[in-house]
Amino acid sequence: MNKNINNETNQKPPLRGGLEGPLLSIKDLHASINGKEILKGLNLTVNEGEVHAIMGPNGAGKSTLASVLTGREEFEVTSGKVNFYGKDLLELAAEDRAREGVFLSFQYPVEIPGVSMVNFMRTAVNEQRKYRNMEPLSASDFLRMMREKKELVEMDNKLTNRSVNEGFSGGEKKRNEIFQMAMLEPKLAILDETDSGLDIDALRIVANGVNKLKRPDNASIVITHYQRLLDYIVPDFVHVLYDGRIVKTGGKELALELEEKGYDWLK
Amino acid sequence: MNKQYIDLYKQHSPSIKKHSAEVMNRYRDSSFELFAKLGFPTPRMEDYLYSDLREPLAVDYGLNINRIAIPVDPYEAFKCDVPGISSHLYFVVNDMFFPAKNSVPLPEGVIIGSLKDMAGKHPALVEKYYAKLSSEKEDGLIAFNGAFAQDGFFIYVPKGVMLEKPVQIVNIMRSDVDFMANSHNLVVLEEGAKAKLLVCDHTMDNVRFLANRVTEVFVAERASYEHYKLENTHNRNTNLSTLLIEQKESSNVLTNIVTLHNGITRNTIEIALNGEHCETLLCGMVVSDKNQQVDNFTSVRHNKPNCHSNELFKYVLDDESQCGFTGQLVVAKDAQKTQAYQTNKNLLLNNNARIRTKPQLEIYADDVKCSHGATIGQLDQEALFYLRSRGISGKEARLLLMFAFMADIIGNINIDVLQDRIKMMVEKRLRGEQSKCEGCVVCQ
Ligand SMILES: Nc1ncnc2c1ncn2[C@@H]1O[C@H](COP(=O)(O)OP(=O)(O)OP(=O)(O)O)[C@@H](O)[C@H]1O
Ligand SMILES: [Mg+2]
Repeated sequence: MNKNINNETNQKPPLRGGLEGPLLSIKDLHASINGKEILKGLNLTVNEGEVHAIMGPNGAGKSTLASVLTGREEFEVTSGKVNFYGKDLLELAAEDRAREGVFLSFQYPVEIPGVSMVNFMRTAVNEQRKYRNMEPLSASDFLRMMREKKELVEMDNKLTNRSVNEGFSGGEKKRNEIFQMAMLEPKLAILDETDSGLDIDALRIVANGVNKLKRPDNASIVITHYQRLLDYIVPDFVHVLYDGRIVKTGGKELALELEEKGYDWLK
Repeated sequence: MNKQYIDLYKQHSPSIKKHSAEVMNRYRDSSFELFAKLGFPTPRMEDYLYSDLREPLAVDYGLNINRIAIPVDPYEAFKCDVPGISSHLYFVVNDMFFPAKNSVPLPEGVIIGSLKDMAGKHPALVEKYYAKLSSEKEDGLIAFNGAFAQDGFFIYVPKGVMLEKPVQIVNIMRSDVDFMANSHNLVVLEEGAKAKLLVCDHTMDNVRFLANRVTEVFVAERASYEHYKLENTHNRNTNLSTLLIEQKESSNVLTNIVTLHNGITRNTIEIALNGEHCETLLCGMVVSDKNQQVDNFTSVRHNKPNCHSNELFKYVLDDESQCGFTGQLVVAKDAQKTQAYQTNKNLLLNNNARIRTKPQLEIYADDVKCSHGATIGQLDQEALFYLRSRGISGKEARLLLMFAFMADIIGNINIDVLQDRIKMMVEKRLRGEQSKCEGCVVCQ
């Protein structure tokens, strides 16, 4: 066995490189799709160890923010800056952002028939390792890792033996997103409505998974419509995204207030 | 170019006949007459819309009418790791059949050999089947084959015999000058017999080749037959291949036609369901780039009721490649309770690549279930982004998706070692690491 692999698996990858400042800083971000402006000057700062919840009405731009941060090319950033550990995130291709440690749990995960979960995850993990100058995982180390992470989100073996998301139920897809997050151990996880479509038990399991993955040196942005999720994943900040901007920021009690009053009072 | 071959035949038919078998010669003059009437097919003909063979047919090929032996030992040249292969392995160099060397012994009654030799040894058997399907066809290439083919292979599996191991025939084109080979093959499965055949097409020398091969397959009642064809030839090769299959009652046939690398290829696959309760699965896969051309013309003829056919062809095209697919389906008037499904899916990786696809359904019965569908598209952009968002590079993500696209065709290869091998070859091919084959598929 390669001793390199052994002592690196649980070690934090050398991403930070001694840089000071926040993990993520978004300044005056404007983004549009097909000429229509969706993000209209968005500001957000996320530090290591923090959990940020983003709430807001349908169509406000929450998923758009997630898409822009993860590098979806259809969205055009017209102005603004996004720094990730001091690096210009917008300069990077989608795959490099992922390798730097940005992860998105999709609101609507796609089905990819013919690509097995195992092959998918092996490729993803090893491409990330390559980017960080690490050796590929041996077959046995990889399988052990799969097993551990599956347990974390109580994911059925049946699912990982299938093609990516193919025929998965809505809830199973969401669970699979968190499984992938566990496999890739991101620095910044963006969870886009990961709670929607989950039954109560699944919600608890998924939230537990997210909490177990929480470390002092990573952070998450949790996009949700329901205060309930925030009982499980307790946020440090709650932001309201309204018409392409963060219009209000508060503590976790803001979520309760929103649940009660809706968004109209913020107009 | 038609005239050139008409003259050739008129001048040399005695030599052609002298070096062939009597039963083959019986059909020779009538085949020639038909060819003289039809000529080579052109893209103006309904069944050849997507095959433009004018350029390759105009090349001045040499023919080995006097069948002078070629100094090559394919068993040496191909370096087969014999103990590792679990097949009955044979070579055909141009049109010369090479008997087995160290092959697994054949079960009692099974015959595999050169058609010409076997026509001498078992005349009644060969006579009963030879040209029974091909002589019915009004097709210039088949007629040409009938006139010029002097040999081929013959496979006979008697009643109730199951060939456990696949039969593998490796076709190798070998010549120092531009060269044409014609061969006619016969496969006969008697009642309840079972066999798998793998035909590999290869080219050895850097000259222009043209191979025109006709294979007739007779699958008797309750017999089960699998036909795999793997083409991995160079881009100066023109491969014209006709596969005619007749199925009798309750028989089962699978064909899987794989074109991994080639020059110009025309595959005609025609299956006649001449008994009730037949099962047929036709699969095919094409990976083509540069200026490669592949035209698969398939025809399934439901002549009897209660048969079930399914067809699935997939293409991945890049560069300037031009391909065609035709799915002809004919359901005869009294072929009630027919179920026939057809799918053709194509991935175009480049704006200059071109695929033309045509379902051609002629249904004369009224109580049938038939469907057909063709799609032409690019890679799924959503899936591509999903993979990239997990750190997989665009290149690797595209490969995963292309490979996934072919997965069900590869899944329909029921010889494990072949399936694994083709998986690997497709992956290499899609990665652009394999522009030309090295050795045959089962052999390393
Ligand atoms: N491809 C597109 N073309 C045009 N408009 C788009 C496109 N994608 C998103 N939009 C628009 O951008 C706006 C923001 O959408 P987005 O998905 O970011 O909202 P959201 O806040 O995530 O809403 P929800 O709570 O419903 O998930 C919407 O008005 C939507 O219609
Ligand atoms: Mg959304």
